[in-house]
Amino acid sequence: MKRSELLTRIIIMVFSLGVVALPLALWAQTPLIHASMAESGGWSPDVIRAKVGEPLHLKFTSDDVMHGFAVGQMDLTPVDIEPGKVSETTLTFDKPGIYTFFCTRWCGLNHWRMRGTIEVTGETDSSAPASPPLYVTLGLNLDAPHPADVVPVAKPSALHGQELAARIPDLPIYQSTDYYRTHSPSQVFQDLSTSGLTDSQRWDVVAAIWQSNTTSEGLVEGKKLFAQNCAACHGETGGGNGVFADDLSAAGEASAQTMSGAQDMIMQTPANFSDPKRMLGASPALLQGKILRGGMGTGMPMWGSIFTDGQIWNVITYLYSFQFDYSK
Amino acid sequence: MNRLELTRSPLIKSALKNRYPQLVVFVLMLAGFLFAIVAGFIGTPVGSHNFSIVFVWIAWWAVLILVAVPFFGRGWCAVCPIPVVGDWLQRGAVLEPNPNKPNWLNLRVPATFRNMWMQNISFTLVALFSSVILTTPVVTSVVLAAMLFLAIGLSMVFERRAFCRYLCPVSGFIGLYAQTAPIELRIKDKKVCVKCIGKPCYNGSELGAGCPWDVFPGGLTKNTYCGLCMECIRTCPHDNIAVNLRPFSADLAKPSTKLDEAFKAFIMLGAALIYAYVLMGSNGAVKLAAYNVFSPAWFGYAVAFLTVIFGVLPGLFWLAVKFTPINHGVTKNTEKSILNLRELRVSVVKKFSIAATAIIPLGLMFWVAFSLSFVLTNAAYILAALSDPLGLGWNLFGTAAIAWQPVLSSLVAPAQTLALLGGLVWAARTAQKSAVEARISSVPVIVYCLVATLLMLWLLL
Repeated sequence: MKRSELLTRIIIMVFSLGVVALPLALWAQTPLIHASMAESGGWSPDVIRAKVGEPLHLKFTSDDVMHGFAVGQMDLTPVDIEPGKVSETTLTFDKPGIYTFFCTRWCGLNHWRMRGTIEVTGETDSSAPASPPLYVTLGLNLDAPHPADVVPVAKPSALHGQELAARIPDLPIYQSTDYYRTHSPSQVFQDLSTSGLTDSQRWDVVAAIWQSNTTSEGLVEGKKLFAQNCAACHGETGGGNGVFADDLSAAGEASAQTMSGAQDMIMQTPANFSDPKRMLGASPALLQGKILRGGMGTGMPMWGSIFTDGQIWNVITYLYSFQFDYSK
Repeated sequence: MNRLELTRSPLIKSALKNRYPQLVVFVLMLAGFLFAIVAGFIGTPVGSHNFSIVFVWIAWWAVLILVAVPFFGRGWCAVCPIPVVGDWLQRGAVLEPNPNKPNWLNLRVPATFRNMWMQNISFTLVALFSSVILTTPVVTSVVLAAMLFLAIGLSMVFERRAFCRYLCPVSGFIGLYAQTAPIELRIKDKKVCVKCIGKPCYNGSELGAGCPWDVFPGGLTKNTYCGLCMECIRTCPHDNIAVNLRPFSADLAKPSTKLDEAFKAFIMLGAALIYAYVLMGSNGAVKLAAYNVFSPAWFGYAVAFLTVIFGVLPGLFWLAVKFTPINHGVTKNTEKSILNLRELRVSVVKKFSIAATAIIPLGLMFWVAFSLSFVLTNAAYILAALSDPLGLGWNLFGTAAIAWQPVLSSLVAPAQTLALLGGLVWAARTAQKSAVEARISSVPVIVYCLVATLLMLWLLL
């Protein structure tokens, strides 16, 4: 073989192998967290490991549409993840535990299922035992219907209720946080039956009691969280008619079956928070349970690992604003 | 017809005779091709940010259809990396052929397949799945890898470039449209070829391989099957091969009578029309149907696609040709009336094939117009993909963050209109010439081209 032929063959071989091997090597050294719609697999990987106090540098890319990254119960500005581009963030955990990360963009019908976990290990200073949520303490059956026996003719006014509240001798009890959280509005309406007020007036007092457990900041945060996380299904006005509602209903079981681990799940129409029979029969503790745990066997995801306690109570106060007129 | 022999220039001639310039381009192209395959498999699945999609279906396609084919004919085939590995294995060498070349099967391609029908089928298959191929990197890589391995495999079984000549989905239409290009490879003097012993340009010699495209340069009259590989320039012992600059459309003066080539013209015309409707249009349901391969909707799309390209377009043209009055004017003035009467009995198949020559420039300009819209719209992705070809967050040339925005968007519509109207005029002129050969009136063919152009204008604008 001529020397020129041999040399040319070597150059071609080296060049061809290099052009294949080099990108493969660089690719292998660039671990990316891939985000794709839940129907296509969600996060990959969906389990990340970290250590307390050690910075965790994460790089993301989206394989299909715009996604977002945030970690539940952590004060972190969501990271936008654009298709085909790489986004980065660095996290540091000060407590061990299992944290949930989730998509913050309405990326598709099963957006809510696009979640993963960060398993943080290491030493901890505090080991306070977790207390069971209120709905567990009260033994509430979250899956049973809790409709209100009676509903007001018009939207109750908290302002009118405040004027009438002076006639209620046990008002401080009604206004206490414990009482508020463990009773539904219709239960309070019943408890006020001996007050001598008309039905309409009693409902106004109930509205005033609910408002007394509501702060304007809490309402603002609840509204924001609702808009970001709930409105896609439940609708901007809570009517159960969000942009995904029809699709969820139409997709039915077939949609849910695309998700691993949810084979028996059946999509249902999202709850209508503007329905007084549903909302006035539900206590804050019941709503807390629904939000914490999600709707077992329905399309409602669990939010317990995402929202803090305070955030959940603020969402609940906002949900009641669909029933009560809080205007001053 | 006037020709300018480019190979008279010593610089051009030596560049073409020397293997190294072409070899360097081959190696670079092969590297790019292999990288595109790798990128499709390991890079981001987002097509607009993956090298395989951006550089194959935007950059390469733009160069091919807007520059290479119209101006250089089979110029792309001269540097295409797909057959080159098979060539080397077949010859047992990268440079001059190896006298002890490997003992591959070296079979002749069966006569049944020595035409353009397999290319018509392969192009149609790619076209049917194009919505997925053009947008999904991994599918693009599978297609590219399949082409590479098919080309290598066929080189082991058959002689010469069987893949390029008879199977490559791209080669078929490049060959068809190469007839319009202002460049050609031809012999200088036919008598030299007649006297030449051994015909090394076809059979090969120690200077180079025999024509990989299975073409005897001495009989070359059209660009369709000449791959411009330049082997014959290297092997011709009489310096009788020239590369000429010539007027556009020169080969169309000698219309083909082959039905496979005529159908290729209709397949290309129909595919451009359908793509303009499906890919450029605003009908989401049709786009979804084209994308969701093997779904019931896709089968509907496939049936419609096949009906248009194999039925409606050639069918209407067939009817136009069949019921076109015979052009007596051609024969009245001739002296050999008996011979011409015999010629008048040109079969409808031949008339159809000859008249379809007009569809060639029309189809080419349809593809130019169609490609202008998506190439200029998506050109911005090229710079971004250059810096981050795999979507791994690299920024090799500082262009990764360039935001997408259409390029020269205000010029797209005028350029498309110009291309389509230019194509119509070109087709009409070609129809007038081929009608003489087909012994028919050119009017129905021109009307056919006019209607098709109006339809394309409506779809694109």
